Amino acid sequence: MRAPQRALISLEGTKSEITGPVFGHNMLNELDNDLILNYARPGEMAIGERILVHGRVRDERGVGVAGALVEFWQANAGGRYRHKKETYLAAIDPNFGGVGRTITDENGFYWFKTIRPGAYPWPNGVNDWRPAHIHFSIFGHGFAQRLITQMYFEGDPMIWNCPIIKTIPDEEAIQRLVAALDMNATIPMDMRAYKFDIVLRGRRSTLFENRKEGN
Amino acid sequence: MVQSLGYLKESPSQTAGPYVHIGCTPNFCGIEGIFEKDLGSGPLYNDKTKGERITIRGAVFDGGGYALKDALIEIWQADADGLYNSPSETRGAADPNFLGWGRNPGDMATGEFVFHTIKPGKVPFKNGVWMAPHITFWVVARGINIGLQTRMYFPEEEEANAADPVLARIEHKPRIPTLIAKKDGDDYRFDIRLQGENETVFFDI
Repeated sequence: MRAPQRALISLEGTKSEITGPVFGHNMLNELDNDLILNYARPGEMAIGERILVHGRVRDERGVGVAGALVEFWQANAGGRYRHKKETYLAAIDPNFGGVGRTITDENGFYWFKTIRPGAYPWPNGVNDWRPAHIHFSIFGHGFAQRLITQMYFEGDPMIWNCPIIKTIPDEEAIQRLVAALDMNATIPMDMRAYKFDIVLRGRRSTLFENRKEGN
Repeated sequence: MVQSLGYLKESPSQTAGPYVHIGCTPNFCGIEGIFEKDLGSGPLYNDKTKGERITIRGAVFDGGGYALKDALIEIWQADADGLYNSPSETRGAADPNFLGWGRNPGDMATGEFVFHTIKPGKVPFKNGVWMAPHITFWVVARGINIGLQTRMYFPEEEEANAADPVLARIEHKPRIPTLIAKKDGDDYRFDIRLQGENETVFFDI
């Protein structure tokens, strides 16, 4: 009911597509990328497996995308979202909101702290469950790069029977949405780490716009 | 074997899901205190912004004719002089009082979205050809696997619309009106139809 029936009309990128909004670091608060604490009452914290999610945003040519706004949202450790329309019986965590944002550094790197979300049942088939996942929204340098996707966790057996994931036709592409456990970045006695790299559309350089970074 | 080109593949898109508000408009869905205000909410202009103030209203309809109540709509547009407030803008500095980007979740009961913005100026295409004034729309929601890009044009710009190189790309001429807003009192109305009769034209850009 929500998929266009007609083919998309291809359009070479005009000024309207290769430009896009850029957001300044000055809009960020200290805890915007700390979901463990950014909704917690003073002295308390969200319940769940403490994890660090980090990675790099690059374009198709492998160039880091600096200053990219990355927004993320997720359910709590029990798979419950904090949303008016959500009625799953798992408990709300009073200290967890489930939303954060950050801006990539000059090399395209980003990181945030959170708790690992739980799997979540949804009314699609009679017994469909979403694997543990974190939603991501990314702005590149051009509005044509605008992307919303989801991150999954290495080793989660739920990945391979999820209808939403199966909308991606090949396994290799699915694997690119699965974050790897990253013991190197783990903070001992504090939190484990997952590494999730994101690739946005690249842009072909034109001879008329001689810019070192390609465009 | 020849050398590998070494290009990376774009991360696959996934649906924004029914709870996109949590991440993109948390205050709107009751998660207050994390962000001061929802990004992209409110008018796109301030007192100092140049240009004609306009209001755009509309909704996103599914194939059954029902308005989506969980869509998220973003717009991206040039300033009154046709300049984009973006590092990728090469023609000069855009109006510093106009970012040109807005985000609206649509009403949870009716699905109606509202943008208070300014009318954009015309933007060059290439080879001396100009595009008619337009606003880029981007729509995500539960059930939409990849964000849908479309454009809104203005009904009073008949001459410019007739000469617009992007509208000219649309082979099926009867589909062009799906991209032209309607006058609705003082406001513009721009309804987006995802599927079926009068399906809005979406672009792959």
